[in-house]
Amino acid sequence: MMTQVLSKSPLSKPSLSRSSPSSQFWLARPFGERATQIFLGVLLAALLLVTVLHTVVPQGSPLHVNAYTVNLFGKYLSYALLAVAVDLVWGYLGILSLGHGAFFAIGGYAMGMYLMRQIGDRGTYGHPELPDFMVFLSWDSLPWYWQGFDMAWFAFAMVLLAPGLLALVFGFLAFRSRVTGVYLSIITQALTFALMLAFFRNEMSFGGNNGLTDFREILGFNLRSNDTRLGLFLATGVALALSYILCRAIVSSKLGRVCVATRDAEARTRFIGYRVERFQLFVFVVSAMIAGLAGALYVPQVGIINPSEFSPLFSIEIVLWVALGGRATLYGAVIGAILVNYAKTIFTGVMPDAWLFALGAMFVLVTIFLPKGVAGLLRKRRRAATSDNAGTQEAIV
Amino acid sequence: MSLLQSLKARDRVFDFMAPDASPVDVRHGPILYMEDVTVTFDGFKAINNLNLTIDDGELRCIIGPNGAGKTTMMDIITGKTRPTEGSVWFGSRHNLLNMNEPEIASLGIGRKFQKPTVFEALSVFENLELAMAADKRILPTLTARMTGEIKDRIDEVLQTIGLVSLRYQPAGILSHGQKQWLEIGMLLMQRPRLLLVDEPVAGMTEQEMERTAELLTGLAGKQSVVVVEHDMGFVRSIARKVTVLHQGSVLAEGSMDQVSNDPNVVEVYLGADDEEAA
Amino acid sequence: MRRFLSLALLCCLLLGFTLTAQAQTEAATSPPNDTAALALLDALDVDSYRDKGEAITAILQSDDERARDWLQALLDGRLQRADDGQFVVVLDNSGREWPVADALTNEPLGEMSRRDLNRVGINNALRNQLRSAIAVVDLYSPNLERRRTSAARLLGEVDSELVEPINELILEEDDSQVRTRLSQAVAIYHAEQGEMAGVEALTGSLHPRARVALSRAANGDDPVVADAARAALVSVEQNLKINRGIETLYFGLSLGSVLVLAAIGLAITFGVMGVINMAHGELMMLGAYTTWMMQQLLPGQPGLALVLSIPAGFLVAALVGVAIERSVIQFLKGRPLETLLATFGISLILQQLVRTGISPLNRTVITPEWMSGSLVINDALSLTINRMVVLAFALVVFAGLMLIMRRTRLGLEVRAVTQNRAMARSMGIRATRVDILTFALGSGVAGLAGVALSQLTNVGPNLGQNYIIDSFMVVVFGGVGNLWGTLVAGLSLGVINQVLEPWAGAVLAKIIVLVFIILFIQKRPRGLFPQKGRAAEG
Repeated sequence: MMTQVLSKSPLSKPSLSRSSPSSQFWLARPFGERATQIFLGVLLAALLLVTVLHTVVPQGSPLHVNAYTVNLFGKYLSYALLAVAVDLVWGYLGILSLGHGAFFAIGGYAMGMYLMRQIGDRGTYGHPELPDFMVFLSWDSLPWYWQGFDMAWFAFAMVLLAPGLLALVFGFLAFRSRVTGVYLSIITQALTFALMLAFFRNEMSFGGNNGLTDFREILGFNLRSNDTRLGLFLATGVALALSYILCRAIVSSKLGRVCVATRDAEARTRFIGYRVERFQLFVFVVSAMIAGLAGALYVPQVGIINPSEFSPLFSIEIVLWVALGGRATLYGAVIGAILVNYAKTIFTGVMPDAWLFALGAMFVLVTIFLPKGVAGLLRKRRRAATSDNAGTQEAIV
Repeated sequence: MSLLQSLKARDRVFDFMAPDASPVDVRHGPILYMEDVTVTFDGFKAINNLNLTIDDGELRCIIGPNGAGKTTMMDIITGKTRPTEGSVWFGSRHNLLNMNEPEIASLGIGRKFQKPTVFEALSVFENLELAMAADKRILPTLTARMTGEIKDRIDEVLQTIGLVSLRYQPAGILSHGQKQWLEIGMLLMQRPRLLLVDEPVAGMTEQEMERTAELLTGLAGKQSVVVVEHDMGFVRSIARKVTVLHQGSVLAEGSMDQVSNDPNVVEVYLGADDEEAA
Repeated sequence: MRRFLSLALLCCLLLGFTLTAQAQTEAATSPPNDTAALALLDALDVDSYRDKGEAITAILQSDDERARDWLQALLDGRLQRADDGQFVVVLDNSGREWPVADALTNEPLGEMSRRDLNRVGINNALRNQLRSAIAVVDLYSPNLERRRTSAARLLGEVDSELVEPINELILEEDDSQVRTRLSQAVAIYHAEQGEMAGVEALTGSLHPRARVALSRAANGDDPVVADAARAALVSVEQNLKINRGIETLYFGLSLGSVLVLAAIGLAITFGVMGVINMAHGELMMLGAYTTWMMQQLLPGQPGLALVLSIPAGFLVAALVGVAIERSVIQFLKGRPLETLLATFGISLILQQLVRTGISPLNRTVITPEWMSGSLVINDALSLTINRMVVLAFALVVFAGLMLIMRRTRLGLEVRAVTQNRAMARSMGIRATRVDILTFALGSGVAGLAGVALSQLTNVGPNLGQNYIIDSFMVVVFGGVGNLWGTLVAGLSLGVINQVLEPWAGAVLAKIIVLVFIILFIQKRPRGLFPQKGRAAEG
């Protein structure tokens, strides 16, 4: 019953034009796509523009972008990266994960642990190895899973591996037993909720309620300096570009088409010989790793990671970014993440009480009136503009 | 009429229809063998002690009133439903009850659903591409490239099913009959040894039916085809051997004439036949 | 200390019941001997705690009927001396200026600054002495509650001199509870003396003080008594274990009943209709706020307000539910994931409405008298009545829903529409109407859950949020579309949670339960009681 119901999602309505399968090397394919070219161009231009406005334009000028704003943009970009990860599984695989905040947070914690270890003996208690909160809780040695996080390469690997591993185990169990649709959404939500409760516990040695904070430097660069902030912003931009290309390459490959096939008719995909659960698992793990990367880039920019990132509300909010931007486009996810978070910054500054109303209203309005999101609007206009050349193949999705 | 001509000599024209080096061992008899199969849903026996044998290259029609267990039988063969009792063998080597859907599919059993299910968001071409017999593991799928050879093969099937001009259109916009053909085309891309076709002509016009009949009879001989159908006229036009299911087990088996004269069949079924054939 | 006690008791006994009688009848007529009384109080205001102790004894031995009040005030730190030497009793020491009354005449003296007052200080030893002394005095009080409290306090405080008088008191006492307590107190004394009679009397007693006495007796010199005491202890431990088990089960069932209440409405909307309503928790919240509102409208009658809240909460939640169904859900038919997102948005809006419209802080909902307190089964086990009422309420709601689904026209139509919408429609069932009614029913039940929850937890804007994940878990665990499954799943999850709590802690227990369900769903995606058959195979 559920599969029939799901297949009626607005996405299964055909889009009018499609690119044909290409003979190129899979990773090279995105560069040939018009939409990807535009996206990468805009992203690159934005990165350059912010850099120039921050460093070259003098401080007094109205055009000057201050360090705070650069930092804010960096935060938006890491959210955008997270949204791309969610769109990959939701848009193309039809898996509505309400637990991607968990992968984001785990990546963030891995980075946070590295940053904590970088503090060294400069903490309040001056312990050479233990972070302040552990001294405070009178621990006498580092827990085993904190070992190795003083080495950047290890910590950065964990940023990808830890969320990937969680996704692997969870996804393996879920997809193997064909838990899909709303059931999967509900248990991903339960997963992130359970993790939130767990990370709130001091015994977990992740700083409990307060999380990890008071970071000083990353790879030897002072986190409070403006240059480091710009660097992190640029690094996030580059990570977004690379992840975007990777995701595009995946969705424009035959594997991507298997994903879409799975999304729209899972049983049929099985009958033509694909082990659907393995494809789901593969994409889910890739997506979790990207989410982890986003979290790792987010943490040094905001200076703290605490269990609230695991809250079910955050995870479901990510889904709204994607829905607002437009599912199954990837660039829509980026647009949505930036739009919603910009709106959040404005709202919480001007009238904080109204933000939850606005957020709630967005959920309702987007799902009812804008099922294809902003990207859908853009495409509609574009199609109207190019309707004269009907019949020609368009390179966009 | 090029289609008809090509169908007559299809094994030379269509290299994909040439028999494969298949792992299925049919030297010792039938390609599909179901013995004493029983399926119980909540106490209701959807399939009751069913015995069925399909020979290699045979075209078999299965008929029976609603609830006779036709679809459930297909579910069992393709691994969607597990029987409560009994055994199902593909050739003499593969016990289908130990396999899941993709494994069974990759053995060479293709299935067309009663309600046509194609991937509506993908183009006709892509639908066929996905169905094509290939390495269907993850990495090969990720790095798969479109080659001229593959394109030719898809083009040939596109011609067979008559959807060449719609190749780049999303499958969602096809008419009902076109979707049925696309689904048959997808089956052909899989190069199956055994084709299970559930109500292929439901909702088709007379003309479309004729073409479908040609398509199916053309396939038989090289591939085994099992057709489940309600439309007696259509069955009569393609059937060589007919199996009548009733209440989950075989009521009669033989040529169309034999079964339609069987008193049991007349009693439970053929009353409805007149109506449907009309 | 014992000495003081016995003295006090003896003195009371000498006066017999005349004292209490006097206190009642003559208090108003005979003017108190204020010089003597002042002297008694004066004696308290000394530096030495030992002298203070003797002063307390002196007060007890005096036949002054104000003695108890003084002692109580002294114990509470409210007996103070003004700078001019006057003894006063502070009536309320919460603010900066304290209203006081003359300790001798009981006349209010208006407010005094805390700086002008000096407290008559006591230490812990004196505090204990005071408590026991008050208990002894109270044994003669005409007030039953006081006698009960004081009898309970005497457990373990009895000594050789007290035994006889208490035994006499037992004969005089009308109230069986006081009698039992006093006999226990005497038995504890005997057991601690190593006497067989005490051990025998205490066998089977679950009071912690009785256990202390038994274990002392078990270490006594007489091997026969020690053995008996040990045996008694073993049986007591056994008994305690059973009682603890029952208590855990009770708490588990209580938690489970809350889960069932929260989930049963979802079992209707999600399980039967297939609609994911993330605002379900907020409908519960509205039910709880309806109760609060009712109590505001009917001040002083919390019980009546609560009873009226049941239909009101149902109605409010059902109406809001219908509004949600009509304004949002009907447009998202067949798109469960979108429904999930849209209803989540509604839940945010409802929460924020309450936050800005009422208050972001928790509201207090009063528990009516007939629901407060607890049912004392024995010394180790008492069951809180409010939880019992909620448990019963949950079962009643469940039974009602079962009746509606199984026995009414609506239930039949709901099942028909669920199984085959088109077919049901063609048979003349108005599917839209059925949708609305079903959703109203599920939402209304959420409102009922909120009314019940207001008696157990804080009523605040986040009330619903805390239950939504749990309720979905219960429905999925029980098997979607199966009301019995929801009942069994809710109750068993509640019990599992409570069983885990003692050794894992509350948070970890919750995590374990969540992980358990997540793993369980992997194993049995259709829950405990899956729907079978062809319809479910799709």
